Amino acid sequence: MRMSGARMVLECLKREGVDTIFGLPGGAVLPIYDVLYDFEGLRHILVRQEAAAGHAAEGYSRTTGKIGVCLVTSGPAATNLVTALQDAMMDSIPIVAFTGQVPTHLIGNDAFQEADNVGITRPCTKHNFLVKDGKDIGPIIREAFHIASTGRPGPVHIDLPKDVLVKEAEMIWPERVHLRSYNPTVDGHPGQIKRAAKSIVRAKRPVLYVGGGVISADAHAELRELAELTQVPLTQTLMGLGAFPMAHPLSLDMLGMHGSYYANMAVHHSDRLVAVGARFDDRVTGRVDAFAPNAEIIHIDVDPSSISKNIKVDVPIVGDCRRVLAKLVEAVREELKQEVPAAVREARQQWAQQVAEWKRDFPLRYDWSDDVIKPQYVIQELSNLTNGEAFIVTGVGQHQMWAAQYYRFKHPRRWCTSGGLGTMGYGLPTAMGVQAAHPGKLVVNVDGDGSFQMNSQEMATCFTENLPVKTIIINNSGHGMVRQWQRIIYKERYCAIDLPGIPDWVKLAEAYGCVGLRVTKPSEVVPALEKMLATPAPVILDVCVDKDECVFPMVPAGGANTDMILSPPSREKKEQAARAQTGF
Amino acid sequence: MSTSNGSGSGEPRKHTISVLVENRFGVLSRVAGLFSARGYNIESLSVGETLDPAVSRMTLVVTGDEFIIEQVTKQLHKLIDVIKVSDLTDDRHVERELVLIRVNAEPQHRAEILRTVDIFRAKVVDVTPISFILEATGDEGKIEALIELLRPMGIQEIVRTGKVAITRGPKTKAARKVEQPKRPRPVDDPRVVGFAD
Repeated sequence: MRMSGARMVLECLKREGVDTIFGLPGGAVLPIYDVLYDFEGLRHILVRQEAAAGHAAEGYSRTTGKIGVCLVTSGPAATNLVTALQDAMMDSIPIVAFTGQVPTHLIGNDAFQEADNVGITRPCTKHNFLVKDGKDIGPIIREAFHIASTGRPGPVHIDLPKDVLVKEAEMIWPERVHLRSYNPTVDGHPGQIKRAAKSIVRAKRPVLYVGGGVISADAHAELRELAELTQVPLTQTLMGLGAFPMAHPLSLDMLGMHGSYYANMAVHHSDRLVAVGARFDDRVTGRVDAFAPNAEIIHIDVDPSSISKNIKVDVPIVGDCRRVLAKLVEAVREELKQEVPAAVREARQQWAQQVAEWKRDFPLRYDWSDDVIKPQYVIQELSNLTNGEAFIVTGVGQHQMWAAQYYRFKHPRRWCTSGGLGTMGYGLPTAMGVQAAHPGKLVVNVDGDGSFQMNSQEMATCFTENLPVKTIIINNSGHGMVRQWQRIIYKERYCAIDLPGIPDWVKLAEAYGCVGLRVTKPSEVVPALEKMLATPAPVILDVCVDKDECVFPMVPAGGANTDMILSPPSREKKEQAARAQTGF
Repeated sequence: MSTSNGSGSGEPRKHTISVLVENRFGVLSRVAGLFSARGYNIESLSVGETLDPAVSRMTLVVTGDEFIIEQVTKQLHKLIDVIKVSDLTDDRHVERELVLIRVNAEPQHRAEILRTVDIFRAKVVDVTPISFILEATGDEGKIEALIELLRPMGIQEIVRTGKVAITRGPKTKAARKVEQPKRPRPVDDPRVVGFAD
């Protein structure tokens, strides 16, 4: 069938099962928008800035498991989108991003709104394409969707010159995608799986450490089976939250820089560390030579380059987490048919006791105040009121860590946060994408006053596209996380962190046609949350919190995880932290 | 790029890595970009078409310890356009590099230079009353030795191709089968002499 390149793009998207695209038109992609005018079966959501289109696609993807799609024009639109692409790259989120490009005969001529799009996105995508001929559109879109969603997922970018969109060509739709240079390993090596099973069953102090890979592989059921079968305590990374119910007795909550005391202690003292779909990020390991120093490390990951990148792995298993875990469960069952040595059983009992003790003696805690709202309290109450069932999205900063620590997740794919890149402003646009994928469901964006301002223009999108996202601004009148570092590590030399109550968030919400609420006292928090949750429109709830509150536990960057700071430190502790500060 | 767990990582040394890639727009910059983004140093890089014109061969020389080289090969393999990565360093292989050297050739040195050229089986490809241009091929050791011998005469300029390398012996049966030439070529083409790439 012959058709214009522009029509072909939309036709291909439909065939790939896409129902929603996030975009913003401009000169180079006008042919697509012209087709979109009366094209049926695709919802287009008009964002206010291109990065938001990318983040919205990420939110859509993370909570549905499908591929998020965004479409923006050439030049500045493409460069705006770069942050979202890198964000998706770091967090392994499958999205396909389309950008417009100047007509092929003008490429390289410094034409209006020209940028070397594929040159710019090359290092921040899993793969990218420049389409030079209309007949390639079908095969390239097929390949893009295949590459984005298989192996270690990630963003794929397709650059579309305007003349390719205008010209007619024969549409080619390959039934199957075959790339001789791309065949990700999905099944783990049976011998290695057996070795891992043996090792886990005979371990005296084992810990499971699970990350976002479990969520992207939909391996939560297999994970739970493994944990319950072996009774191994389990800690989740920031990206992995929701992979395992946090209320489960085996759950040790999050580990790492702002992880729980018990998770970090358990990992440190373990003799077997089973990493599943996690990549030993520096925010997890702290100082690498002090990370799980006595553990044999088993690492299950779909990306071979993640294995032994930061930490040397003893039993590597490359494969899809779900398939490997299913096989591992089988292998463990087989191992358990044999008698486990009494010494091991005894040691396991002691280990369970030790872990329970850490959990009992050093829970996550904060000091209550009757006068000023503690941010942790807000998240706790949100968790209670929504019964851990809401879709939670965050910006980046202290509020993100409190949300990760205090929201009690029950299910996977309910949590979106910018883990790898730490993109401030991620919250609102991502929440929009989540809401677009789940109409009628509760989507809460827990944001900070600094982070929210980086994409607050998207309130307009929320209003016009009927996306009733609920935003809670943990408002401490400043860049709280930076303030915390300056307080603890830089001797209270506060610099460039004050955001003195500008703008008025309630008025801003109203200016966008949304609902604004504000609370300043602890007693008002629950009623305000209830009101927010009952409002069918987009809401900003401005919660003015204690600006001196810090996120604890905290491992100073470059420090060992056992050097956790648990409460506001003494001067001596601060000096120790400053000395330990060798990382970033 | 931080590699940790210093134990057993070995001393940094030179590795020759052979990479088969799809002969596509942008593939060179993907490889080069990977090296700069991850802070690895490429000492030399050479690219050329293989028997199959849709496939190119890149030969890279990289210095690093075990961990770095493991990451380099894994990261290269992660690129979608990369078909195959092999580290030839510890395999039996032949390496060659071509060098062009513009050297001063004063009358009192001309005979000595020509003798050196002879010993190294090099060639004189350009002559003026005061200079020669020499062409030599060989492995790294030979090229370095030639350069050292010529240095006292005054080397004006050196141009090197970077290393190319190939494993010794015949290819395995399976590999031979896969590597059938995709494009019919005239039988008298000297490039087609029964070897797969």
